[in-house]
Amino acid sequence: MIIEVLGPGCAKCEETAQLVHTALDQKGLTAEVVKISDFQEIAQKGVFATPAVIVDGEIKCSGRAPGLEEILTWLVS
Amino acid sequence: MKELNPLQPQVAPCACSQEAEPAAQDTPAPRAPLSTRNKFVLGAALLVVWGLVYWQLKPFSQWLAFSVFGLEPESHLGEAVQFFIYDTPKVLMLLILVVFGVGILRSYFSPEAARRILSGKRKGFGHVLAALLGVATPFCSCSAVPLFIGFVTASVPLGVTFSFLIAAPMVNEVALVLLWGLLGWKVALFYMGAGLLTAIVAGFIIGRLKMEKHMQDWVRHIRENGTQEHAEDKTWSDRIDYALGTVKEIVGKVWLYVVIGIGVGAAIHGYVPEGFLASIMGKDAWWSVPAAVVLGVPMYSNAAGVVPVLSALLEKGAALGTALAFMMSVIGLSLPEMVILRKVLKLKLLAVFVGVLACGILVVGFVFNLTLAH
Repeated sequence: MIIEVLGPGCAKCEETAQLVHTALDQKGLTAEVVKISDFQEIAQKGVFATPAVIVDGEIKCSGRAPGLEEILTWLVS
Repeated sequence: MKELNPLQPQVAPCACSQEAEPAAQDTPAPRAPLSTRNKFVLGAALLVVWGLVYWQLKPFSQWLAFSVFGLEPESHLGEAVQFFIYDTPKVLMLLILVVFGVGILRSYFSPEAARRILSGKRKGFGHVLAALLGVATPFCSCSAVPLFIGFVTASVPLGVTFSFLIAAPMVNEVALVLLWGLLGWKVALFYMGAGLLTAIVAGFIIGRLKMEKHMQDWVRHIRENGTQEHAEDKTWSDRIDYALGTVKEIVGKVWLYVVIGIGVGAAIHGYVPEGFLASIMGKDAWWSVPAAVVLGVPMYSNAAGVVPVLSALLEKGAALGTALAFMMSVIGLSLPEMVILRKVLKLKLLAVFVGVLACGILVVGFVFNLTLAH
């Protein structure tokens, strides 16, 4: 599983990345967590509101910091 | 949501750079969530309590200042203290209510939806729509660049994109609440109208100047790997939770500025003599409008800190147009935002953007000074 966290590095993006790690720990899963902060790369992913989270190529949320519960549901499948 | 802490001198990448509270979500409280119906009932009850408290604020502040503290109602200190005790809770209460309402409204909008609606819209009506959507769409100012790219790649015209980007920070709920609470609803409406009009006209002019080639090259050549429409279904319960989240975030961020700002305002209210500023900030001093705009650019404060001081300045003889131009400049034209936009705009386009917007604000200042008898 590849989880990408997109954001220029503001507090909300950091918070989102932290929560992703917390969620993985809780599930006892390992995944590759990539932080993308380059605007050009963010745009190429088709995301134009940050923070955004992409799980295995699918945009799960954008423009807001997701909650822990929400992230946990993404990790089930 | 576009406020930056003016006490932090470093150019933070965006407004969201305020300290977040990641710890808050680590341990979700294990209590049962309220049903939607219970949320409505609780909300209605809270609204009644809100109203009762709100109507008692003035008598309470007078009682506290003059009876309990024993201050003279006519004295400088008495006036300043009563002003502070009355205005602080009043503005904070208005802020909570309005931010909640705006939160519910914003839960119906998203940057994706705005992009879809504006895509391919031509001049004219597109600018009006863009300015309105800029106000209604929730987005953090650190998203300005991705949003800009998203709009441009979805063939939203450049000028329409700018109408959106100008309106979004300038007309915001915090500014409107403070203007409403401290200067009355008419000034708040004037400000909103002027802000929207400036965004529409400035965007229109930028569009007419055909500046497309002055975007950074990589922006023009960007190819998306297929955008995924990302729609979320929200229930009423979700919307209420979202709105409560925005209240916590925004009020938590600005309350201190409101208190400090009203404190400064109260001091001016009590101690600076009437008409003191009429000669330097009055409507006859035409140069005070450009001076206010220039002064406002390097100041990157939030409306919460500016309005209380403005209201006190107005009371002492400053002209309304000058004051509003200053406020628009402070929150609409900010250095950190220019630094961010520089990543997608060449210098020439950035300069045009700043120039056109500054001229628009100047016009607003002059027109208000000429037409309104303050």
